[in-house]
Amino acid sequence: MKQAYIAGAGNTVFGRHEGSGALDLMAQAAQKALDDAQLGRADIDGVLCGYATTLPHLMLSTLFCERFSLEPAYAHSMQLGGATGCAMLMLARELVRTGRCSNVLVVAGENRLSGQARDSAIQTLAQVGDADFEVPNGASVPAYYALLASRYMHETGLTEEDLAEFAVLMRANAARHPDAHLRSAISAKDVLASKTICAPLKLLDCCPISDGAMALVVSAAPRNATQIAIAGAGQAHRHQHLSAIADTHNYGARDAARRAFEEARLQPADIDYLAIYDSFTITLAILIEETGFAERGGSAQRVRAGDFAPAGPLPLNTHGGLLSFGHSGVAGGMGHAVEAYRQLSGRAGDRQVESRTRAFVHADGGVLSSHVSLVLARED
Amino acid sequence: MTAPSLSAPFVEGLQRGEIRYQACIGCGAAQTLARYACRACGSAQLEWRTAGGSGRVYAMTSVARAPSEEFRALAPYTLAIVELQEGPRLMGHASPDVRIGDPVLAHFFEFGGRRLIRFTKEE
Repeated sequence: MKQAYIAGAGNTVFGRHEGSGALDLMAQAAQKALDDAQLGRADIDGVLCGYATTLPHLMLSTLFCERFSLEPAYAHSMQLGGATGCAMLMLARELVRTGRCSNVLVVAGENRLSGQARDSAIQTLAQVGDADFEVPNGASVPAYYALLASRYMHETGLTEEDLAEFAVLMRANAARHPDAHLRSAISAKDVLASKTICAPLKLLDCCPISDGAMALVVSAAPRNATQIAIAGAGQAHRHQHLSAIADTHNYGARDAARRAFEEARLQPADIDYLAIYDSFTITLAILIEETGFAERGGSAQRVRAGDFAPAGPLPLNTHGGLLSFGHSGVAGGMGHAVEAYRQLSGRAGDRQVESRTRAFVHADGGVLSSHVSLVLARED
Repeated sequence: MTAPSLSAPFVEGLQRGEIRYQACIGCGAAQTLARYACRACGSAQLEWRTAGGSGRVYAMTSVARAPSEEFRALAPYTLAIVELQEGPRLMGHASPDVRIGDPVLAHFFEFGGRRLIRFTKEE
């Protein structure tokens, strides 16, 4: 089969875009991605788009295509929670590899912050819980993750101080990105002193709700001298609901990562950049540990050692992740891949880390429910 | 007439002050939540049984930021996932003094027009 390459990326600033709708934001990011890939509208023969909680339309992809003046040969939207972005990239890769499409635009965005009341956003998201067994208790996504955290910390010895390290690192990274939502420096002390949301998770353990959009183009032919291939992809879906989690040693991330590495014919030791979903600090710790980039319970030690810092051996979410770049739904989960692409292709501007060749990208949706792993590889 | 939802026996059980869980008629495995088939053996021959109400705390949180106006009146409140003696796991409210591993017993309370479960330490 053919190889599939990331040919271009675009994003809006994350934060508050008062008055902009989901399509407005998606169009901005998509235009930037097309410009970056040096492609015209007529070159795009596939469109995949994420859902938008502020625009629950039956056919978001074709609505977007009409507004953005695209007439692709293949289009639909996808819903897989936070894993949607990576799942769309995986599918875009398959569409290109099989020859179905030549240039697939993957786009998502919404006005999740300014387009609705905070309670409304929180309640929409809480519905990933079971409608009869979980949601009626007054549960929410932070509560699901706090419950998850309590168990994982009980089993591994991971502490609240450990989790705070991730929030500090993500904020420091976001401070170097002009488009990030939250850029003012924080200390571990600030994280620990921030108000409790759902113990043990405090405000600064949680990502913000943001407005914003992201877009990537996946192509059969690379557009630049430095080619970034999607060399492997894998998924795993072991449960939907928190209550149904059977194995805290394998929520599914391990299976997804193994499948992606097997396909790429690479190993975790070959990776020199990490792009890992971080809806909460605990999410990041668990995913790093389960995918093999730290011992179980040992991820914070690696943060303290500087291993995941921009100048370390495994730079992590150098855009600031969901925790500080921001979370606008599907677009938030695409941000990690967008940044990995920019770092690998040497086009991350002032944030550029030392030359990197292989990135591991991972996202989860729901309550560590759906997992998608990607391996990106630079071909010079 | 609409068909009852998959979880209807659980919801009805709560109204009667019972905690019900799904078990496989074929292999006997008990399971969490409601499914169309047995997670262990795949059989679709399932039945609902009534649990005794005792179990151990598997996970817990204290919710300070409630998701709605209704639950703000109750905050902070403790939520727990309890592993019932019969095997399934179940989310419920809990008294604030419970910790992971504690043996607990289920009680019921009325809130917002529905009956919810509250686990307290078993002495």
